[in-house]
Amino acid sequence: MDPHDLAQRGLRPSATYDAATIHDIQRAAATGVYDIRGGGAKRAVPHFDDLLFLGASMSRYPLEGYRERCGTDVVLGARHARYPLHLDIPVTIAGMSFGALSGRAKEALGRGASEAGTSTTTGDGGMTPEERGQSKHLVYQYLPSRYGMNPDDLRQADAIEIVLGQGAKPGGGGMLLGQKISERVAGMRTLPQGIDQRSACRHPDWTGPDDLTIKIAELREITDHEKPIFVKVGASRPYYDVKLAVHAGADVVVVDGMQGGTAATQDVFIENVGIPTLAAVPQAVQALRELGVHRSGADAVQLIVSGGIRTGADVAKAVALGADAVSIGTAALIALGDNDPRWSAEYEAVGSAAGYFDDYQDGRDPAGISTQDDELAARLDPVAGGRRLANYLRVLTMEAQTIARACGKAHVQHLEPEDLVALTVESAAMARVPLAGTTWVPGAVGSPGAGYGG
Amino acid sequence: MDSLKDPLKDPLLDPVSDSVRHLDLTEVPLRSVNALLHGREVDDLPMLTPGEDVVLSHPQGAHAVAVGLDSPRQVRIEGHVGYYAAGMNQRADVVISGNAGVGVAENMMSGSVTVLGNASQAAGATAHGGLLVVHGDAAARCGISMKGVDIVVGGSIGHMSAFMAQAGRLVVRGDAGDALGDSIYEARLYVRGEVASLGADCVAKQMRPEHHEELAALLKAAGYEDDDTGAYTRYGSARELYHFDVDNAY
Repeated sequence: MDPHDLAQRGLRPSATYDAATIHDIQRAAATGVYDIRGGGAKRAVPHFDDLLFLGASMSRYPLEGYRERCGTDVVLGARHARYPLHLDIPVTIAGMSFGALSGRAKEALGRGASEAGTSTTTGDGGMTPEERGQSKHLVYQYLPSRYGMNPDDLRQADAIEIVLGQGAKPGGGGMLLGQKISERVAGMRTLPQGIDQRSACRHPDWTGPDDLTIKIAELREITDHEKPIFVKVGASRPYYDVKLAVHAGADVVVVDGMQGGTAATQDVFIENVGIPTLAAVPQAVQALRELGVHRSGADAVQLIVSGGIRTGADVAKAVALGADAVSIGTAALIALGDNDPRWSAEYEAVGSAAGYFDDYQDGRDPAGISTQDDELAARLDPVAGGRRLANYLRVLTMEAQTIARACGKAHVQHLEPEDLVALTVESAAMARVPLAGTTWVPGAVGSPGAGYGG
Repeated sequence: MDSLKDPLKDPLLDPVSDSVRHLDLTEVPLRSVNALLHGREVDDLPMLTPGEDVVLSHPQGAHAVAVGLDSPRQVRIEGHVGYYAAGMNQRADVVISGNAGVGVAENMMSGSVTVLGNASQAAGATAHGGLLVVHGDAAARCGISMKGVDIVVGGSIGHMSAFMAQAGRLVVRGDAGDALGDSIYEARLYVRGEVASLGADCVAKQMRPEHHEELAALLKAAGYEDDDTGAYTRYGSARELYHFDVDNAY
């Protein structure tokens, strides 16, 4: 229905009870169960789109965009580990489980990441040979469920990521519905085949930051101090969480904002718990700075930021705010072929549409990525998928370099908050950069206030 | 303590090796001790030979003692240990002569861990295999998220034990605290004493002959073969939370 025609008939939509809200109420009344879906928060929140770079001008020299070097490499976890990760680009692949994704999808992620010189990450459900075999740098997640956790995989990982939370659902565990608990998935997780599975939301053998210190020490002892230890938190109280993680001994802290995707959880959880990525980064950086470990050389703790990273501009903005690298999940799946319009008819058949599909939990993904159905999974060619992902990672990197050079930086990590301004008061307050055209940083101590130069 | 409860003092046990290495944790750093136990070269200390047994003295409550072992070896820890002793054990047989802190034998894959004293919280958490025997009491969350391990506790266990227990067997000769087996999957629990309360979806089940047989084998493995299996009650999953339903929301 054309909104203009409706308006001509005197029909005015409610901002409070919009069409999607009305549908949600009707669905709840009809089914008696909450909505479970994948993907991250869909609501509009202040994001990197609300920031702009101040390119070089009279007072700053830009670098020539084609010939002059602009570095992109990053070292993760040199603080304690004998073998830190040295990645060619500051974009990593986030943890997504085998179970949520097919084995071929995990293989494709490994192929794409390796071709681009970066790392990929296991997920809840253990390490698969497909993924290990194709991943030059593989981060092994240590999750509350400990599905498939075994010391052999721990030893063959390149880094260990202790997961406390996920941006889409800080405080919640994973869900995997029965149709995806295939024989192989069930075997890896030691679960009955076909049940609806909830992953634990808290670790079984430690509580609180003091215990985490001991847990990190144990993992180091088991792996003879070779592997960097990451700690991942869902963004809710990043200032405190990052400080506590560093005190506990983390080499790298991963902060995942609320736009970060998920295999499945309740819609109400995704949309109402956690804070936007933009709001999380400055808090995390502040914590690292106050501890003297932000970009501080050999004893530095690196910050990886995830949740809604889509473009090289997002990468550059996250890095400028203080992240050492970013992580992508949803965008990586799209690069593999998720929500591809060529499957439009099939998306319609499962009640969705290309560009809207988010039922990663139900196993009927037409693109063959978030499924355990062999026939559907066969639609994804892991070699071609890996190539698409590598292409996308290269574009992200080149875009970030383009911006860095325009700001006169010989390495993307030379970008800094001073290179940024905000388009809205909200984003200025969250990112702690001035509102464009002013020197006003809302909420900052000593900020000169609104206006021109205070 | 009855010497038969200490498997490394079992006179019928064939030694894996004739040689025993003595390491004093007040003299050799824990990091070096664990590296040696992993079969690595450590400074000027000679490498352990395959199957060479080890006695660790003066642990003094240290955390992460003898973790990540991955070869057949008998390791005896003389004293009390802190968190995660013998964590992720594979194939080794570890005996702790004192008490153990949080998460003893966490995520064990195979082999055995025996605690002659008491164990703190989360004993045997997430363990996939092997045998954990605690001759004293085990605190809260014993066998939490267990994934195939066998656990025998000579005394009692605390609250929230066998929470989300997926597979394996837990035997308790004493009592169990509140919320036993909450959200349990397919683990089998045998308790001789009182259970303060059962957790969500955990129910008492009939002891069929195969359960008596299974329980008897577990008790024997732990040195309690004289127990009457008829005095035990079996608990397991009612399997009513296996599929999401509005009525399952607590």
